[in-house]
Amino acid sequence: MGAKMVDFGGWDMPVEYPATGGVLAEHMAVRTGVGIFDVSHMGDISFTGPQALDAVQHISMNDASRLVPGQAHYSAMLYPEGTFVDDIIVHKVADDYYYFVINAGTREKDAGWVEQNVGGFRCKAENVSDDYTQIAIQGPKGQALLQKLTDVDLSQIKNYWFTFGTVCGLKDRMIARTGYTGEDGFEIYIPADPAISARVWHEVLQAGKEFGAIPCGLGARNTLRLEAKMALYGHEISEKINVFEASLDRWCKLEKLEFIGKPALEKIKAQGVTRTLVGLEMIERGIARDGYAIVDDAGSQIGYVTSGSVAPFLKKNIALAYVPPAKSEIGSVLNVEIRGQKVKAKVVPTPFYKRPKK
Amino acid sequence: MVVPHISPVLGDVGKVQIAHVCQRRADVGHPHKKEERKMNYPSELKYTKDDEWLKVEGDTGVVGITDFAQNALGDIVFVELPKVGTEVTAGKAFGTVESVKAVSELFAPTTGTVTAVNEELANAPEKVNQDPYGAWMIRIKLKDKAEAGKLMSSADYEKYASERG
Repeated sequence: MGAKMVDFGGWDMPVEYPATGGVLAEHMAVRTGVGIFDVSHMGDISFTGPQALDAVQHISMNDASRLVPGQAHYSAMLYPEGTFVDDIIVHKVADDYYYFVINAGTREKDAGWVEQNVGGFRCKAENVSDDYTQIAIQGPKGQALLQKLTDVDLSQIKNYWFTFGTVCGLKDRMIARTGYTGEDGFEIYIPADPAISARVWHEVLQAGKEFGAIPCGLGARNTLRLEAKMALYGHEISEKINVFEASLDRWCKLEKLEFIGKPALEKIKAQGVTRTLVGLEMIERGIARDGYAIVDDAGSQIGYVTSGSVAPFLKKNIALAYVPPAKSEIGSVLNVEIRGQKVKAKVVPTPFYKRPKK
Repeated sequence: MVVPHISPVLGDVGKVQIAHVCQRRADVGHPHKKEERKMNYPSELKYTKDDEWLKVEGDTGVVGITDFAQNALGDIVFVELPKVGTEVTAGKAFGTVESVKAVSELFAPTTGTVTAVNEELANAPEKVNQDPYGAWMIRIKLKDKAEAGKLMSSADYEKYASERG
């Protein structure tokens, strides 16, 4: 099929499509035009019933009571320690219907966690991951592309809002202005039927031809999200990393009455953290990769890289890393240990890339 | 050089086996599908099992990575090479090549002393993708010319590469 496949959380996933682009071209297509991602590996959990909101409030750190139907927000499910089960997008469909989009590699764990924790509510939580295929249409020309395939007026959908409409002839499909690229774009949810998925995928690509749309794989998805400083589970967030360390407290509403992880996070907030996530830009030649050590001048480890790569749009070598707060000031110069050598990097403001305002 | 099986940038996300969806993916191809480009392995070169090529010119060996290697790595963004004068040993690492998605070591096809380094690759690593046999990496003064005879011929390497598809 012209794609290089890798095993990603048990999925056979395209890492790139060499025949039409390759990672760098795919990344640039999303920043400057439009790229199409097959992201059906993402999981979905629905919450329905009179106490759906209560269940969501209990298990999600953001405040879902602020959402209105058709609105979504970024959030996370936490362990009692204030560390991450997973990061999620919460969609409010109706007063008694919420919808989580969760990660591929964590979906069985997430579904188990939800089942274990919402039993006391009059709410039915269902893992509907296998019912949907998700296709992401990302980039400044994403709206123009998708508009050709839907009766919904996409200009009326704001960032992190969604609606239902006809897409590629399929009725009542969820269309969300969300993504994992730091760029404007949409995610569409279609039935996970092989023939339908394939038809929609081909129709989207066909409609995208005039915009130079190309299929994009996991490689570009990773470099795009890194430039935009979006967390990847198992890297910036995990069961060992808490909300304040990951600097995701903006989406954590401690003023909420109650949620799993709240007592621990109140303590952490009062006590402070011992490490914090920073953005690095390499000063000397080299690419900091996931797991590489951050060392002091004497060579002792003081932190580690969570994600690192060439940043294809910014044309720099960038990384995210956990370091002690004392070393996290913008402009601080740190050493990344690359194959036994100390290579200098400096702490820079994040996100590395922010899309231009319209 | 060793082509990694799984990209390090995408590793450790846990394992979930969802067989029917993997099955489904086979159908979700894309319309820009092209015939797989035929790989090119010039017959005047010798090849290693680690996907380097060696060209013998008198008592000098020129070293680079193969078409198969550059294709497997994808967009190459960084090449790290030894200094002139460095002793390299057959089968041992002498440098590093990085693509967006992977880091791979480069292994010396033969033993000898580095006499020249392709400095151009520091600022233009993409040349390795564009022209893997023009984008040489190091020149080595060969210690034992007979050593090159142990390496694979073009035909043998082509078979070896195609088996890993």
